[in-house]
Amino acid sequence: MDVDALLLARIQFAFTISFHIIFPALTIGLASYLAVLEGLWLKTKRQVYLDLYHFWVKAFAVAFGMGVVSGLVMAYQFGTNWSGFSKFAGGVTGPLLAYEVLTAFFLEAGFLGVMLFGLQRVGPGLHFLSTVMVAVGTLISATWILASNSWMQTPQGHEIIDGRVVPVDWLAVIFNPSFPYRLAHMVVAAFLSTALVVGASAAWHLLRGRDNAPVRTMLAMAMGMVLVTAPIQAFIGDLHGLNTLEHQPAKLAAIEGHWENKPGEAVPLILFGWPDMESETTRFALEVPKLGSLLLTHSWDGQFPGLKEFPREDRPPSAVVFWSFRVMVGLGLLMILLGVSALIAHLRKRLFTSKPLLRYALAMGPAGLVAILAGWITTEVGRQPWVVYGVMRTADAVSAHSLDQVALTLAIFVVVYFLVFGAGTVYLLRIIGKGPLTGESAHPVDGGPGEMRQPMRPLSGAPERLDVEPATPSGGH
Amino acid sequence: MGIDLPLIWAIIILFGVMMYVVMDGFDLGIGILFTAVDGKEDRDVMMNTVAPVWDGNETWLVLGGAGLLVAFPVAYAVVLSAFYLPLILMLVGLIFRGVAFEFRFKVPAGKRRVWDKSFAGGSLLATFFQGVTLGAFLDGIPMKDGAYAGGPLDWLTPFSVFVGISLVFTYALLGSTWLVMKTEGPLQGRMRRASRRLSWVLLGVIAIISLWTPLAHPAISERWFSLPNIFWFAPVPLLVAGAMWWLRRALADETSHAMPFVLTLALVFLGYSGLGISLWPNVIPPSTSIWDAAGPPQSLGFALVGALLIIPLILMYTAWGYWVFRGKVRHGEGYH
Ligand code: HDD
Ligand code: HEM
Ligand code: HEM
Repeated sequence: MDVDALLLARIQFAFTISFHIIFPALTIGLASYLAVLEGLWLKTKRQVYLDLYHFWVKAFAVAFGMGVVSGLVMAYQFGTNWSGFSKFAGGVTGPLLAYEVLTAFFLEAGFLGVMLFGLQRVGPGLHFLSTVMVAVGTLISATWILASNSWMQTPQGHEIIDGRVVPVDWLAVIFNPSFPYRLAHMVVAAFLSTALVVGASAAWHLLRGRDNAPVRTMLAMAMGMVLVTAPIQAFIGDLHGLNTLEHQPAKLAAIEGHWENKPGEAVPLILFGWPDMESETTRFALEVPKLGSLLLTHSWDGQFPGLKEFPREDRPPSAVVFWSFRVMVGLGLLMILLGVSALIAHLRKRLFTSKPLLRYALAMGPAGLVAILAGWITTEVGRQPWVVYGVMRTADAVSAHSLDQVALTLAIFVVVYFLVFGAGTVYLLRIIGKGPLTGESAHPVDGGPGEMRQPMRPLSGAPERLDVEPATPSGGH
Repeated sequence: MGIDLPLIWAIIILFGVMMYVVMDGFDLGIGILFTAVDGKEDRDVMMNTVAPVWDGNETWLVLGGAGLLVAFPVAYAVVLSAFYLPLILMLVGLIFRGVAFEFRFKVPAGKRRVWDKSFAGGSLLATFFQGVTLGAFLDGIPMKDGAYAGGPLDWLTPFSVFVGISLVFTYALLGSTWLVMKTEGPLQGRMRRASRRLSWVLLGVIAIISLWTPLAHPAISERWFSLPNIFWFAPVPLLVAGAMWWLRRALADETSHAMPFVLTLALVFLGYSGLGISLWPNVIPPSTSIWDAAGPPQSLGFALVGALLIIPLILMYTAWGYWVFRGKVRHGEGYH
């Protein structure tokens, strides 16, 4: 493939959004987890829930802060790099983004300060309300942005007048055919990924012999969550796939590496192989007969369109989505297995002591985030060569910048992101590595200007000074 | 339909950008002043005066971008790709500064300097490129067939660089007068002296830009100096002169704490109105008006409902946040 400005712009978008999505996925999951912890604490008054709350709120604050700075870049990138797209489709994506800012970002900003620091000031009731509001804010945020993305995948409710998109039915725009599936799949993905991270950190502490009530509660809650949500995620994913078959058959054919139907014959499921766009075959295919038909048409001999039925210029690159999809599904199956193994260990009263299980849980820590990236690559690359499916081609969406210019900014982003988010990630891992202590909440976060931690700022919920003497406010009292 | 949607949206966006300039202006200014103040204690205090609010301040920038995309998609597309490099450098500045805010309190003393530099450098970079973008915007954007038709470095002119430098001084003055209000003792004294010097610089900057802009842009000079406009707009320079005189007096008066900041805000507001007068009603200078660039009315109307309902609530949160953290910030002092 030739390296041109379009390709670099696409790489730049993929790079910046891939960094961004990791942090929101964690904040969506952690915010709800924190709301549950606090709710349980208010209900049962058990200290362990409050301890866990104070422990995880720090990780939440760090992830949130990085989500904000990486998101800022996204909001401008549509104009800087995709001006054709903005001009053409701004009438739909603009209002959706504006509603996200108005209803979600400001809501979160409004209650974040109280959530991070206000427990002593406003009392438990109002504080719980704040936590719930922040959690709701993250979900609202996901809803708007996914409405926007889903409309790009399965556009409807608009007309094209004078060469630009004019929305005619906002309900149809927002509730476009793929939106419910994408929203459900993404939100569950965020919950699942967070549960895996929480579970892995509990497993890590148990493996090192740091066994206390908060760590055990963490592991139990996380494994319970995985046990329930992993199968649900596979189920939603199946429905999502059927929806894709209906609305984006070329994407689905590419995912399956399926080139053509033989008359009257069932479609096999290709487990592994190498789809080759030139020779129009999937090489080295390892197939299970009839399974493809069963999964996608829910009948033994149903057929679905193969890639050859689409003109060459309308086919997405099959090899990428074939493999990214298998990475996602493979990890999903491993997650289901983890949930079941944990259940068995629990029934045998070995949940907190079984070394193999703990190692398995530890290894699966990043699996959710990896699956999210793999899933998004499937979705977005599978939409190619369209940016708005069937309506606008990616090649027409890009700004007319020169190769050097895009190469320069891409290089800048790569360097800055690895430096800044690298440092942030190290910091996040160190917080998690410290582990929750019994009585964590005896030192409630109560900051303010002049103290080690300041309210109303994302990262400042993380008061530790990691590698020096215990935190003392500068100057003292 | 009787409602002029592009006009209402232009007002909302102007308001959002104004909120951004005012609020992020002083906290970027504090970053700029970091280069002039040494010593951990003072730097801690400086940062802590904006610590509780800076995050919300930046959200106005996101709103400005989203509003532009809603109401004037053509302008969003053309302006943002015309100023590709300066805008990306601005974003990079904001990233460095945003995380520095957080990290400098959490690293050992030896490493703190790195994040101090990243805070000051990030603020400087972001401000300078905001100013450059503004200057280049005034210069106008060449367009053909509804798309940007200039080269990658068209934004780089003596005028835009001058505006970039001017904005650095303006934000620095906003920052220093903010600190006069929020601090006391020797730090406040230093900030008062710095503000006095910066106010002279600002006066010079305003004078130069007021001459340079109409000289370089006949259309703008036409706007200001033709009859009867000149009578309508004459109050702007007069108010600037008055506010500047008052600001100098307030800075000389040791008992005046909040007034210098308020007056600097007034000056910024006047300068902003002056720019508005020069450009109105163009959203892509020199000749694309807000009505030419407007998006479909269905989009403007749909988003307007939300904006009108929710922006008042947002203003309430914001005011409440400032209220909670009112008063002086002292060395090592926390709010309890
Ligand atoms: C923890 C993360 C995770 C896990 C375990 C799975 N997925 Fe997924 N998947 C996502 C996270 C995700 C995602 C990142 O959230 C995507 C990208 C866009 C979207 O809507 O969801 C996605 C997209 C996505 C698509 C593409 C839809 C389209 O763009 O047309 C399909 C067909 C599936 N998934 C199917 C599945 C199946 C059958 C799974 C069985 C285990 C599965 N996913 C597990
Ligand atoms: C191209 C797409 C995206 C854009 C333009 C975008 C934009 C943004 C922006 C500007 C912020 C910072 C908000 C602030 O300043 O407070 C942000 C944060 C966030 N985004 Fe994204 N985002 C995108 C994709 C996503 C996706 C796919 C999701 C989730 C499904 C998501 C969910 C969030 C969440 C939860 C935050 C957390 C911080 C906050 O809400 O303030 N974003 N995003
Ligand atoms: C948050 C997780 C997301 C990830 C990891 C992701 C990933 C990607 C990738 C890999 C590409 C490049 C595809 C290619 O060019 O072959 C891409 C392109 C793109 N995506 Fe996404 N995406 C995400 C969410 C979104 C959202 C929420 C939107 C819109 C609201 C969006 C809009 C776009 C656009 C405009 C492009 C550029 C045009 C293109 O190359 O298709 N993406 N994304």
